[in-house]
Amino acid sequence: MRNTNLVNDPVTFHLGKRKGSLQEKIVGFIFFLCASVSIVTTIAIIGTLLIQSIPFFQEVGIWEFISGDRWSPILKPRAYGVLPLVFGTSLVAFLSLLVAVPVGLLLAIFLSEYSPKRLRSILKPMLEILAGIPTVVYGYFALTYVTPQLQKIFPDLMVFNALSAGLVMGLMITPMVSSLSEDAMTAVPQSLRNAAYALGATKREVATKVVVPAATSGIVASFLLSFSRAIGETMLVTIAAGATPKMTLNPLESIQTMTAYIVQLALGETPHGSLEYNTIFAVGLLLFIFTLVINLVGHFLVQHWKEAI
Amino acid sequence: MTDNDAVLSVRDLSVYYGEFRAIKNISLSFQANRVTALIGPSGCGKSTLLRCLNRMNDLVPQARVEGEVVYSQQDIYDPQIDPAQVRLHIGMVFQKPNPFPKSIFDNVAFGLKINGLTNNIDEAVEKSLRSAALWDEVKDRLNENAMTLSGGQQQRLCIARTLAVEPEIILMDEPASALDPIGTLAIESLMRDLTEKYTIVVVTHNMQQAARVSDETAFLMMDEDRAGYLVESGKTDNIFQNPKDERTEAYITGRFG
Amino acid sequence: MIGKHFEEKYDLAPHSRGRRVSRRVKSIIFYLLLLIAISLSLTGLLSLIVEIGREGLPWLSWHFLTEFPSRFAEKAGMKSAIMGTVWVISFTALIIIPVGIGAAFYLEEYAKKNLLSKIIEVNISNLAGVPSIVYGLLGLSVFVYYMGLGRSVLAGALTLSLLVLPVVIVVSREAIRTVPESHKQAAYALGANRFQVVYKVILPQAIAGIMTGTILALSRAIGEAAPMIAISALVYLTFVPTSPLDRFSVMPIQIFNWISRPQDDFRGLAAAGIIVLLITLVIMNALAIYIRNRTQVRLEE
Repeated sequence: MRNTNLVNDPVTFHLGKRKGSLQEKIVGFIFFLCASVSIVTTIAIIGTLLIQSIPFFQEVGIWEFISGDRWSPILKPRAYGVLPLVFGTSLVAFLSLLVAVPVGLLLAIFLSEYSPKRLRSILKPMLEILAGIPTVVYGYFALTYVTPQLQKIFPDLMVFNALSAGLVMGLMITPMVSSLSEDAMTAVPQSLRNAAYALGATKREVATKVVVPAATSGIVASFLLSFSRAIGETMLVTIAAGATPKMTLNPLESIQTMTAYIVQLALGETPHGSLEYNTIFAVGLLLFIFTLVINLVGHFLVQHWKEAI
Repeated sequence: MTDNDAVLSVRDLSVYYGEFRAIKNISLSFQANRVTALIGPSGCGKSTLLRCLNRMNDLVPQARVEGEVVYSQQDIYDPQIDPAQVRLHIGMVFQKPNPFPKSIFDNVAFGLKINGLTNNIDEAVEKSLRSAALWDEVKDRLNENAMTLSGGQQQRLCIARTLAVEPEIILMDEPASALDPIGTLAIESLMRDLTEKYTIVVVTHNMQQAARVSDETAFLMMDEDRAGYLVESGKTDNIFQNPKDERTEAYITGRFG
Repeated sequence: MIGKHFEEKYDLAPHSRGRRVSRRVKSIIFYLLLLIAISLSLTGLLSLIVEIGREGLPWLSWHFLTEFPSRFAEKAGMKSAIMGTVWVISFTALIIIPVGIGAAFYLEEYAKKNLLSKIIEVNISNLAGVPSIVYGLLGLSVFVYYMGLGRSVLAGALTLSLLVLPVVIVVSREAIRTVPESHKQAAYALGANRFQVVYKVILPQAIAGIMTGTILALSRAIGEAAPMIAISALVYLTFVPTSPLDRFSVMPIQIFNWISRPQDDFRGLAAAGIIVLLITLVIMNALAIYIRNRTQVRLEE
């Protein structure tokens, strides 16, 4: 045959020897191990939280934990009702949504429907900066600046309070609401907008009556994911919201969130294996469940909305 | 057409993408040192058939092949066979020029390096570029990025890259469709020159091109269920001037497709 | 319905004038609302920066960067925190770069589209939503106690690695996806095996995107305080770690430490610490943007 094959004479080909097939297998396996780190992490998180909180539940009982209205695991008389921490967490998180939902949504509408390109190229980085600031910085800002300013309006406001923490957290999660909502809005097909314009709609009507309704599930998802972020946020509330577990809806008072409690105990180098040590895992477990459920619903909505478009 | 001169034979080949059957029961032989053109209306499975000839279809998830593709007395779909080795012997040039974002030299040397053929690499690169009729245009700027070349030059670079590993057969999937007329002409004359050493299978949409460059032609069509099948094959002159099948005649004279 | 449409069409008809005016008013009010939202968020950002600058700049000095923390505000510095951050972040980088890239390549190039890879994907997106303090609990329980690493640099780095790994994986996958399918096919057609395609074709083109994402993930890790407090507790360190098994402090812990002191002077120190932290983050982000832009220019050439 005329083939002057310099590479391999056909015999090699007949043998069908796979080039580097062992190397291929090893590399593939190593890559798989890397990917499975994420699975192991999830298992480890759930395992840790469960194993470490079981001794606590054996001693205290799940019912007392989730229904008790007093939380005092260190000071006597001791009580292990988690509701005050749940109240504190919800209070701050709802306050933050009160800021982040309207502001974030309006920002998203502006960025997606109104903004000229140049303004957008300034606004987006600004929001990214807001999103990238460490939470300890927000805590400092809430405690040393926002609280004193608010005290001018509400003389009763305590030094540590839910209001200031909630408002600053609203500022902190606004970029999250706006960027996720904007994604949902920009994904609305241009043809829908054109159809509305052709019927004589104004820009505002297109934005509020066509684009926002079409993007609803994506927008709701952005609220949920931001809410979950607010629930899990730690340093800001540890610094600015206080360390007084309390069943209150009064934002002027000092409260304690689940996350702030965990930090409070971690700071004290609590003896490993003691009941106090185990309480942080019980609280952590509850926190994990809350955020997981909200995130799952949020991701489900995002998926649903992606498929709908 | 006798099977004796065939370097590559397809026997009763069917390809499925998941449930969808893309081509069915094709049997066809490719003659050594000839250009064979695969023609037919779009969607008839020409490219699918081409990609089966060096197992590029392995890279498509859910693709499944039935039947045999025999090269060098061996079914290349035998589980013992390494697809990477197959592609070393049966190279491919794609529809759009796809040079790597590396230097011109590194593009041509890529196949040599990954296959450990690093002896006389400069010579091999020069030889390949000469064979692809590109040497004179690029010899002074081998270290420039390949993206700086024109579309036609890029495609010839891709051919040079394929030639560098010395395959026996070169598959070309509409190699000139993304090029201007001058680039097209250069590729076509290059294909004629390459038959001296190589066997070429080319998919083309362009009837004139098929008539100009090919020695053999195979005409494919698709069924109601959109599965491609072979209508007829043979010497290009016969197919174009004296088709046996009236569907071939209809297609060639431009009545459909 | 039809009647209403006609009304809008013939907007110029005198009887609908009031309606037209009210629509304009509504549009203007809505636009004002949008502007209020923008100015609110920008005011928030601005006052935060101004406040921190006002409080912290007077405390910022060379001495502040090179001294250990002290009971006396005038003498205090954040050397141990800065060096602690350098140690922890370096080890975090050593862990997340190979693991993140490996995981991304597995999911993009190796994994079959089956249930397992689907589970891994969903799992990664869920991990990204787990509160950072929960990672702190994981690290405390597994790395500090179970594996016996103690409250060490290594325990901190491992915890931060798990925390930011989802970010690295997501960004790396995006970078890998930007490599054109045609380049991979060309390499396969030249007889490359999968690892050669990954190593010689995809990695060189995706590496800039991967590095950008990794730097951004690391800058997130630098700012994390909660999980680090769980690992390290509120330490008052007057030494720099000399091995990965030493105790450590990091910048956010030091800042938190100063914030929690009642004296005003320490608030000033905290603000100064925040300035150092923010400048570090700005530098890292600038680096990431620089890498991204440089490669964009190169690809366009």
